[in-house]
Amino acid sequence: MPIEKFTTLISECVPLPIENVDTDQIIPARFLKATTREGFGENLFRDWRYDKTGKPKEDFVLNSDRYSGEILVAGKNFGSGSSREHAAWALKDYGFKIVASSYFADIFKSNSLNTGLLPVQVSESFLARLFELLDTDPSIKVKVDLENQLISILPDGPQENFEINTYKKNCLLNGYDDIDYLLSIKAKISDWEKRMVI
Amino acid sequence: MDSKTIFDKIWDRHIVVNIPEGPSALYIDRHFIHEVTSPQAFGGLKERGISVFRPEKTVATPDHNVPTINQHLTIHEELSRVQVDKLTENCRDHNITLYGLNNPFNGIVHVIGPELGITQPGMTIVCGDSHTSTHGAFGSVAFGIGTSEVEMVLASQCVLQSKPKKMRINIDGDLQRGVASKDIILYIISQISTGGATGYFVEYAGSAIRSLSMESRMTICNMSIEMGARGGLIAPDEVTFEYIKGREFAPKGEQWDQKLEFWKSLPSDPDAAFDKELFFRAGDIEPMITYGTNPGMGTGISGKIPSLQEIDNASRNSFNKSLEYMGFSPGEAMEGKKVDYVFVGSCTNGRIEDLRIFASFVKGKRKADNLTVWIVPGSRQVERQAEKEGIRKILEEAGFEMRQPGCSACLAMNEDKIPEGKYAVSTSNRNFEGRQGPGARTMLASPLTAAATAITGRVTDPRTFL
Repeated sequence: MPIEKFTTLISECVPLPIENVDTDQIIPARFLKATTREGFGENLFRDWRYDKTGKPKEDFVLNSDRYSGEILVAGKNFGSGSSREHAAWALKDYGFKIVASSYFADIFKSNSLNTGLLPVQVSESFLARLFELLDTDPSIKVKVDLENQLISILPDGPQENFEINTYKKNCLLNGYDDIDYLLSIKAKISDWEKRMVI
Repeated sequence: MDSKTIFDKIWDRHIVVNIPEGPSALYIDRHFIHEVTSPQAFGGLKERGISVFRPEKTVATPDHNVPTINQHLTIHEELSRVQVDKLTENCRDHNITLYGLNNPFNGIVHVIGPELGITQPGMTIVCGDSHTSTHGAFGSVAFGIGTSEVEMVLASQCVLQSKPKKMRINIDGDLQRGVASKDIILYIISQISTGGATGYFVEYAGSAIRSLSMESRMTICNMSIEMGARGGLIAPDEVTFEYIKGREFAPKGEQWDQKLEFWKSLPSDPDAAFDKELFFRAGDIEPMITYGTNPGMGTGISGKIPSLQEIDNASRNSFNKSLEYMGFSPGEAMEGKKVDYVFVGSCTNGRIEDLRIFASFVKGKRKADNLTVWIVPGSRQVERQAEKEGIRKILEEAGFEMRQPGCSACLAMNEDKIPEGKYAVSTSNRNFEGRQGPGARTMLASPLTAAATAITGRVTDPRTFL
């Protein structure tokens, strides 16, 4: 089944300059009880975003009028903790297409790629500069070009290349799906089973 | 032939296809599933109109949001009940073995795999749960996956994975009295931080590791993910083989001999290369406790919370935010801090050895009046064993009660939630904000430290009693 393609995105950003944001903050465990993938955006960052009566907390960035956009810019080690793919679904469902940070937890990174949410890993200095610029001017835009693996602060700010494995990049650019691929090698999988039984 | 680490030996033999400049299709020997991260994967199969490729290689158990009292009744909370029912339905439709709520083999997925002998050396093991690294204690390559990957395994018995880098962590020497495997792993994480092993698969080695029981080794491997590692493992040895022998699904007879020969070939070659190697001295480790909101924010129990000057400029905001949540100040001592709840359980410390340690400490003493204490066995088998050994009786005489198995207050998906603002000393694995309930404040520790704390009602160094 083809997945949504991703090529280039130009958007404003939402800054979250906190380190080690774990998946329990992105989507608390008590909201993992759905049996479908939809609707998790409602509870994205639930306990930072709302007080216990459900009233939005004014000082949290998602409730601020200053910032909006499809790119979340977060402090280092984003997505640590649980393997819940619900964290990536919640970010995507809320409307983010990209998360930029100076590094990501491994499982979150693969979950994001499998969900079509692009994790863009930038240098510490690029991240610090981006936070600084966003602090003074919330309207600045960032361009992410997947084909050329390039992230740029528009119009003439710094730019930087980012890493992504070639297989995953092709999947995203062309809308290819992992399971279609795995189903296509079933004969090889059966051969492996015959060969490897001990 | 090239020298290989145990990780290389297992990983390489499970590669079905290497995609050029991409990941490998890695064959999975055992797949565990639970109610929370599997429904959407089965949903995906249904949309594609395909069935499970190798149903006999998947085992299911509900654990994350089951109640820990009255399990014989219908689950009271509707959304939890729907998820557990969905797991039952999916297993029935796809011929997958399910150890449901009242089954004698039910329990936390990472407790039942090893105790049933399903987990064995040399295997690749995955589950939609980050603490799958627990199974690495047997010398298997075990790691947590997301739901899309659960769907991959159900569809093809493979996952697409890039090979991580390799790290060896050596802990040599003798442990101090009162120091347990939980303290070893909390110490390592406090030294290298919560992201210190991101991108790596860890092998734990050294004389201190070799001296540990299987259950203690599981506690160490369990928390590999808390320093960002893809997984963690320990080479199998006589302790491992002795533990597996005779268990429900362990190999028997001639098959046992064949497997044993294979298992003995697994340990890393003496000159195998690692991308990174760390060394720690067991004697430096004291009972540990966390003060912050990630497992790397820990200290020896006689120590203090770092002062602001000890924290990098760039990290100070996050550090302050964390302490503010905990209601602590920089530079404070941890010993003697107020506690409201003690939780003993989870895939980290919910096995029989943990209950034995707790029970032998509290035997003949009394629970502190100011505390609520939840003792939750990791499985039905652990519960039965505790009964048989008289542990339940010891606990009850000291004023404690033992509940029924499940993940419980480790992640508070069921009713076992620590109330807002309350302090818990917990034997689980994560002290994240809200992890044990909205507003709950968690301090991670070993079962022995939890026991000492449960008796005094304050954060207590267990060594003062020894």
